[in-house]
Parts: sequence; structure tokens; C-alpha cells
Amino acid sequence: MPAKVQDTSRARTKQNQLRERRAALGFLAPNLLGFLLFTIIPIGASLVLSFFEWPLIGNAIYAGFDNFVRLLTQDPVFWPIVGNTAYFVVGYVALNLAVSLGLALWLTTRIRFRGFYRFVFFLPVVSPMVANAMVWRMMYRREDGIIAQVLESVTGTTGPNWLGDTRWSMLAVILMSLWAGFGYNMIILIAGLEAIPGSIHEAASLDGANWIQRLRNVTLPLLTPSLFFATVMTIISSLQVFAQPFILTGGGPGISTSTIVFYLYQKGFQAYEMGYASAIAWILFLVIMAITLVQFRLQKRWVHYS
Amino acid sequence: MTTSNQASRSRLTLGISQTLLTLAALVVLFPFVWMFSSALKPTSEVFSTPPSLVGSEIMWSNFAEAWTYLPFGRFMMNGIIVSGVGTLVVVVSSSMAAYAFSRLRWRGRDGVFLVYLGTLMIPQEVLVVPMFILMRYLGWIDSYLGLIVPWAFTAFGTFLLRQFFLTIPDELEDAARIDGANRWRTFAQIVAPLALPAVGTLAVFTFIGYWNSFLWPLLVVSDVNMATVPLGLNMFLGQTGNQWNLLMAAAAISVIPSAIIVLALQRYLVSGIALSGMGGR
Repeated sequence: MPAKVQDTSRARTKQNQLRERRAALGFLAPNLLGFLLFTIIPIGASLVLSFFEWPLIGNAIYAGFDNFVRLLTQDPVFWPIVGNTAYFVVGYVALNLAVSLGLALWLTTRIRFRGFYRFVFFLPVVSPMVANAMVWRMMYRREDGIIAQVLESVTGTTGPNWLGDTRWSMLAVILMSLWAGFGYNMIILIAGLEAIPGSIHEAASLDGANWIQRLRNVTLPLLTPSLFFATVMTIISSLQVFAQPFILTGGGPGISTSTIVFYLYQKGFQAYEMGYASAIAWILFLVIMAITLVQFRLQKRWVHYS
Repeated sequence: MTTSNQASRSRLTLGISQTLLTLAALVVLFPFVWMFSSALKPTSEVFSTPPSLVGSEIMWSNFAEAWTYLPFGRFMMNGIIVSGVGTLVVVVSSSMAAYAFSRLRWRGRDGVFLVYLGTLMIPQEVLVVPMFILMRYLGWIDSYLGLIVPWAFTAFGTFLLRQFFLTIPDELEDAARIDGANRWRTFAQIVAPLALPAVGTLAVFTFIGYWNSFLWPLLVVSDVNMATVPLGLNMFLGQTGNQWNLLMAAAAISVIPSAIIVLALQRYLVSGIALSGMGGR
């Protein structure tokens, strides 16, 4: 008797497992199929492509590491473009974090109409980047743009030729991107600030800590996880900057605002060198990976997890 | 005496703080104001000296002209179709997959999920070259399929919803299963409704992502009738040359849906950013 009971219950669990597995397959199938076709296979194909020389119309020729060697050692444009991208990333990330942190701290003080300010600061984040860049392209015009005219009425000169001078063009792209992007980190940091228990602040105040002491010793340390996340994500996304230089300057003047992705676009979709463009993409990926790994290594030094 | 002094001093700081913040908000808002203002000016006054917010004449007709100069209604319709269908596919397929990853037990589950996770780090640019070749091969250039499908199955949505599904207690589902409900019913009637905040957040972000996407439409669309809004704006820029008032009218039209989304769904946006942005905590 007992043996038989065990038998049927084991059969039942086995049947249950089978049913669960079949259900899992049903739930997973649509997404997994698409994921294989449109993520996994393209990743593999991209890696393979980077070892081929393939003008879109014509035959692919196996080239070994030629694309990478050419890119890193012979291409006269590649390193200047890496430099431009680094300039953008450093300038944009530093300004973005400073502005978003400042405003997040400001917006969590006792202030009225918080919702309104949050709306205004967040609006450029969701409005199309192409539209954002277009209005700035108009505002940046040399003599008659609104920025030049305001500068003239204040300082007496129209200021630099923002988009036409290689010394200023990347700064112009950075400032425009800052305006379009800081609202995102601001929201992340506000959420981080609001998660800090009020009792900690009260305790610090009772101990006689003033505003600056509380900021340095309480608020900022407790905010470091959010700051770390914002920094990592902002660096990753700014390494991929494309639409802003595309619309504002077309990568110019010269190549002063050409970035890695802009160059990838030119090589892949204007010169149709598919293998070369894939090699650029993988270099970009390696740079992103390396920088992110280093940041995770360094986080122990400054990020506090409670 | 001192307390009333302190109170009035803190009211003064609050007033100054409020004023400065309003100034900052006006500066940030200004490019949009300038966009609308330029959109309403006659062509000759867009770059007038001295600059003025209002031209000699308010040209509402610029909006009508921008709307018909290129098929802007068509751009908006394409944008709505691509973003709407894309969002639907993303939400349905990734919530189903998230369910399989979080609530069902099957062999190989954690391994497959690890592969999903691994692709999160890979930038879109690695995918665009082979994806473009695939689109040519499938004949999806200049089509809705080509705009929607390639980005409808990325790992992000599945990852986000799985994390949320894991926070829903098992007991709720178990009770329904004892009453005889199968997995599809408990998914549709218990887990999915409870996950609505997370699903809503994913939907809003996916919609905005599709709506604003520029690089991919630039690659797979050359037919003006298949352009989405950002691509349409870029075509506009190429064609109008110096008619900045029409260009700004078109840009202004494209900003309005975004403004409505922020106003109506700010709560979802904020909670969504907090949700994905609090990864460190």
C-alpha cells in the first residue's frame, strides 16, 4: 500500500514538473525567439563581420585582424575622434553631475511648486533630441543667433562662433547636451535623497551640525550609491553620443565634433564598409566595458552601502 | 524677539531661493519658448536685431505650412504606429518572459537568464550593422516591421519586470492554483495586474524610446512616407534650408506630445527612474 501511494505521488510531481516546463516554454517562446534572432545572432554576426572586409555590394573577404590594425594604427582620423569623444564624455559627465546634484539638493529643500520645477527640468529629457538640437543650432548662430545677441548686449561682443570654430564647437555640443540631459540624473538623485530617513538629519542637527557639515558627512555619503549609478550610466550613454553632433554640426567644422558613433555611421552607412564599422563598434564596446569595470573596482573607495 | 528675527530671516532666504530657482527654470525653459516664438514669426524676422519674442505679426499659418510642407501628419501617424505597436509587443512579450524567469521552475533557467543579463551591457551600435544587413535580407527596409521588430525583444524589459515579479508574494498565486487556475490564468489575473506600476513604467519608457529614436530610422528609412518624427525633422532640415520659422513650427509640434506625456505620466516616469536608478540600494 504505502509503496503504491508513493508511486502515484511521484508520478504526479513528475507530471507537474512536465506541465510547468511546458508552460515555461509557452511563456518564454515569443521573447526568446525574438531575442535570439535580433540580439544574439546580430551580436555574433557583428563579431564575425569585424574580421571581414565587406563593401555592402560585393564579396566579403576574410581579413583577420586587418580592420582592427588599420583602425588603431593607420587610420589618421580614429585617434582624434577618440579624443573628441573623451572630451565630450569628461565635460558632459562632470557638468551633468554637478548641475543635477545641485538642483536635486535644491529641490529637496522646503520650497514651493516643486512639481512645476521638476516638470520644466525634465521636459528636455523626453522631447526629441533632434528637435532639441535644432533649436540650439538656431540659437548658436554666429552674429544673429539669440545667444550672440544677448552676449553682445551684455559684454559688447557677440562672443565665439560657437558651431563654426573648432575651438568652441565641442563645448557648444556639450552645453546643448547638458541642457537636454541633466534632468534625468536630477530625478535619480532626488529619489536617492528622498530615501534618506529624516531622523538621520534630525539627529545630526541636534548634535549641532550645520548645513554644510550635514551635507558633507551625512547627505553625500548616503547618496553615493545613487551617485555611483548615475555616473556609470551617464558615462556609458555619453560614449554613444550621436544625434547632437549630427544635427548641430554634422561632425564639423573639420572633424572637431566627430565622435566614435558618428564615425561608425560614416564608415558603415555612407562608405558602406560594413566590416570596418563593426570593428569600430567592438572597440566602442571594449571601451565601455573597460571603463565600467574600472568604476566597479573603484567603487569600494567612495560608495557607501548601508 | 530673536525667534521672530530668525523666522523672518528664514522667510527671506526662502524667498531668495524661490526666486533663483524660478530664474533657473526660465533659463531651462527658454529654448522651448524661443522655438515657439520663432515658429510664429514671419520669415524675415526670425533673426531680427534686436531680438524680440513676438514678431510684427503672429503667423499661425506657419504651423499649417510646416504641417503640409513635408507630410508631417504622416510622420506623426508613423510615430504613433511604430511606438504604439512596439510598446505593445515589448510589454506583452517581456512580461511573459519575466514570468517564466521569476515564477516557473525549469532546467537551464538561470543560465538563460544570465545570457539575457550579459547582453544588457552591449551598446546598440554593435547591433546596427548586422541588423541593417538583416533588414535588407528580409526586405524590411522602409517598413514598419523594420522600424519596430529589431528593438522589441531586447533584454531590458524582461530584466526590469522579472525583478518586480520577484517581489510579489507566492501565496497569492498559490491560493488561486489550489482553486484550479492554471498558469496562464494566474499570470493574466493575478501577477500582471499586481505588476501594473512596473508594466506602466516600462510602457512609458519604451514608447518614448521608440518615439525619439533617431539613429535606427536614419539607417532603415529613406522613403519620406515612412519617416518617424525625428527623422522627418531631419529631412525638413535638409529641405527647407533657411526657413527657420517653419522648421521651428515642425519642432514645436514634435515637442507637444512629449510635454503631454511628462504632464500626464510624471508619476510613472519618476517612479520608473527611481526603480531602475536605485540599482545600487
